[in-house]
Amino acid sequence: MAITVIHAGMLTTVQDLGRRGHRAAGVPLGGAMDAMAMRVVNLLVGNAEDAAVLEFTLTGPELVFTADTTIALGGGDFGAGPLWQPVRVCAGECVKFGAARTGCRGYLAVAGGLDIPVVLGGRGTYLRAQIGGWEGRALRVGDVLRAEGAARQVAGRWHIDERILPPYSETPKVRIVRGAQAPEFDGTLTTAVFKLTAKSDRMGVRLVGPALTRRVARELVSSSVVPGTVQVPPDGQPIVLMADAQTIGGYPQIAHVISVDLPLVAQLRPGDTLRFREVTLEAAHQLILDRERALALLREGLAQKIL
Amino acid sequence: MTLTPLGDSAVVVALGCGLDEAGLRRVRGVAEALERDRPAGVVEIVPAFASVTVYYDVTQVGGYERLCREIEVRAERVETDDWWRAARLIEIPVCYGGYGGADLAEVAARAGLSADDVVALHTGGDYLVQAIGFAPGFAYLGGLPEKIHTPRRTTPRTAVPAGTVGIGGAQTGVYPLMTPGGWNLIGRTPVLLFDAGRNEPALLRVGDRVKFRAINAEELAAWR
Repeated sequence: MAITVIHAGMLTTVQDLGRRGHRAAGVPLGGAMDAMAMRVVNLLVGNAEDAAVLEFTLTGPELVFTADTTIALGGGDFGAGPLWQPVRVCAGECVKFGAARTGCRGYLAVAGGLDIPVVLGGRGTYLRAQIGGWEGRALRVGDVLRAEGAARQVAGRWHIDERILPPYSETPKVRIVRGAQAPEFDGTLTTAVFKLTAKSDRMGVRLVGPALTRRVARELVSSSVVPGTVQVPPDGQPIVLMADAQTIGGYPQIAHVISVDLPLVAQLRPGDTLRFREVTLEAAHQLILDRERALALLREGLAQKIL
Repeated sequence: MTLTPLGDSAVVVALGCGLDEAGLRRVRGVAEALERDRPAGVVEIVPAFASVTVYYDVTQVGGYERLCREIEVRAERVETDDWWRAARLIEIPVCYGGYGGADLAEVAARAGLSADDVVALHTGGDYLVQAIGFAPGFAYLGGLPEKIHTPRRTTPRTAVPAGTVGIGGAQTGVYPLMTPGGWNLIGRTPVLLFDAGRNEPALLRVGDRVKFRAINAEELAAWR
């Protein structure tokens, strides 16, 4: 089964759950910006959660399928069909995604997963180093991707319980845990409203709001950063590091967005606003455990319904 | 030794050591010890500067406090000498000045030196890899002679080509990929610091010693 790209969309890349084991060589985790959406759409077509999917941004692609198969769409709504359920597509069918109606990033999983070679432990596209994914780059018109699986038999009519999904919003409250330099700042981070700027990408989203001023002038030795790290450059406008963020950074770390809320940030568009709310590390851990339990239940439930 | 959470999926083990040979020996030793005997749920161990970052999967860890204790126990009984005997010396050829080193004259002027003096000082240094990061294969090198410490540029360049050698504050290094950069550019190397096709993609590891050697433009062009 093949998928031909008729229009590429603004930035359409192959993504997965990221690369593990290469951060010592400076290789970022990478993978889907909204990893939760990506995992759910994979489960909905009977794939392993980390199978390669397409991630598209603000404007989606137009794709033609050469054989019958099953797909699932999730994340932002790009107007190409229902989200969060398996959808049958027939040979020769064109699936056309438009501009994002909600969210910023859409995901398409196809039964069997995209057939993409593993580079450094992952199938995701790392644009900055031009590795992984489809030739290390975003998709272009004329690219032809292969997928392994045939169409799935889907039993009955049902919907997943959408409470499993992150509470997507254009004005989300995003939970954080404290960063190493949090005591060097006042409380502005958790009282102000921040707006997402257009200078945002898979490495990080740049916010504007009241400047965060550090009370200490001391320059820091660079140290590890992770997706979710909120760093504050000298201009006081915070940057939330995302999937393709470097592994080491030199700016003060005021906070880290908790893992379960990173999808909320991944789905913001330029102009959307967010607020931060602090939680404890224990709470952040518990939320991950809760999410994984919910995903395990979904996985079990779907095993009966997708053959 | 202090452990500080880095978000909800990693913890930074700060060893409080210097970034000289002895300090990096300890950093590397702790990383190796954790690698050899990983506590449950640990997914990645990354040495950098005077610390080791331990990435974990909270669903596989028997509690965060317990993970921290397990890390401490391993870090405290580190044997480092075996590793240090295997530390490597890596030579990096550099064509100084010219199109790859647009800021060489400025670095020299700022230090009150000639461009040749800057090259002599830069190649005379004995550098230690303190961390790999910022970009794949990028090595933070300590050991830059103080006379040529140069503050970062006030306006970073939007694209610095791969292989460019720069000075940023007290550090020097090589850009492994084309990236934005705020360092002062002094030269260019034909050696690949990062190659995803290699068995070990990054040329350098934390704790390696590095020497720079001057080559001319013909040698740079002919390098393969």
